[in-house]
Amino acid sequence: MKKILTIFIILIFSQLLSLMAVAGSDGTLKINKQTENQNTEIKDCFETVNRGIFAFNQGLDKIFFKPVAKGYRYLPKPIRSGTSNALNNLSNVVTIPNNILQGQFKEAGINTLRFSINTTLGIAGIFDVASYYGLNKLDKEDYGQTLGSWGVKEGCYFVLPVLGPTTVRDAVGSMVNFSGGDAWYNVTVANNTQYFENSDYYYSRLTAGIDFRAKNLEAFDSLQKNSLDLYASVRSLYLQDRKRKIQNLDETTETMNDDDWEEIDTQ
Amino acid sequence: MIKTKIFLIVFFILISLNNLSAKEPSELINEIVDEASLILSSSDPVESKIIKLNNIAEINVDIDGIGMYTLGKYRKNLNEEQKIKYKKLFKSYFLKSFSSRLVDYSDPKINVISDKQINEKYTIVSTLLEATAKNPEIKIDWRIYTKNPERPLIRDLIVEGLSLARTQKEEFNSILQNNDGDINYLFKSLEEFIIK
Repeated sequence: MKKILTIFIILIFSQLLSLMAVAGSDGTLKINKQTENQNTEIKDCFETVNRGIFAFNQGLDKIFFKPVAKGYRYLPKPIRSGTSNALNNLSNVVTIPNNILQGQFKEAGINTLRFSINTTLGIAGIFDVASYYGLNKLDKEDYGQTLGSWGVKEGCYFVLPVLGPTTVRDAVGSMVNFSGGDAWYNVTVANNTQYFENSDYYYSRLTAGIDFRAKNLEAFDSLQKNSLDLYASVRSLYLQDRKRKIQNLDETTETMNDDDWEEIDTQ
Repeated sequence: MIKTKIFLIVFFILISLNNLSAKEPSELINEIVDEASLILSSSDPVESKIIKLNNIAEINVDIDGIGMYTLGKYRKNLNEEQKIKYKKLFKSYFLKSFSSRLVDYSDPKINVISDKQINEKYTIVSTLLEATAKNPEIKIDWRIYTKNPERPLIRDLIVEGLSLARTQKEEFNSILQNNDGDINYLFKSLEEFIIK
């Protein structure tokens, strides 16, 4: 029971990060000539239930995550950027194996070097010393993205209580973290080591969630203010973001099916 | 001989004028950004800023085109009367949404990084919104409709890889899908937003 509860709490923060990544994620854009997947219908298998859960999550955000994120904003900038750097550094322990699984060996090498330098010279990742040496930060990777890059379809879209939006594929990907796929989880929760406590993991996930929410306060407020159907907007943004990350789009712009635009002639 | 010279001079002047009137997409974005920045950093009242920003949008954004795109498959079901009503409502909705998003910025610094023509009808202009104390740096790509090179129009903004037009389309489609494709429900939602 304790194990299930543990996994549930961890999922809360990992999914929260996924939701909020929608508003402020890294990466550039690409025109994707392969538009075959552009117009596929969204598989929202349990929409009525999902909408109810989404409303519940919105309430939770209003009473907990948003106020805490606002308070976090009052911390001095060096503290916030140091925290953000340390959490980013920690995420390399999931990104590196996924780089390898996706055949991104160069990226795996760069991330390994970045992790080694920042963990030591950068004092547990608080300072991004690696960037100073020309090893710039790369996009994060996770097991859901790896499954996607292997051709696994996203399956049904659904919303989990507290955890937020996900798909069958991404949920399976998240479970890999707790089955040995996340070294940070392994040394804190899965195995008893004398160096770390279970709470270290939970604090790090919670702080990552709050850090991300704080970075996207205005973006999410604007989305809420201007949406006719916030649920549908968040769903669209989540799925677009995941697709972009899985395809590792870079440099140019992938937007929407050009054929659909072609029908609209206003000039 | 003199007639020929005059003809050639007039001919070249006309050609030059024609070239001057054709606007490069990146030039269009630079102009819009500069203009919007001046408005937003001015001490004008918010209402005045909104009117000026809306003027920029009406001239430079293909509001009708975006409106029809966002209807997706449902646009084929509309009769002429419904189309006229939809275009009018969408324009009001778009302008209200557009200005309310922008007035939150006091002086946005957007720099054009590059542009890329993807076909004869579209060019993507890539820009960067500079980081502020509150917000990180944001990548914004502008999808410019260039079928008429003399009057390029913005059709989409792609913020950090996420298309606003596509998000809008999926939002409207969700409303229609959940109401048996009845356009009146969308009209109602748009009207509620406009008077809000």
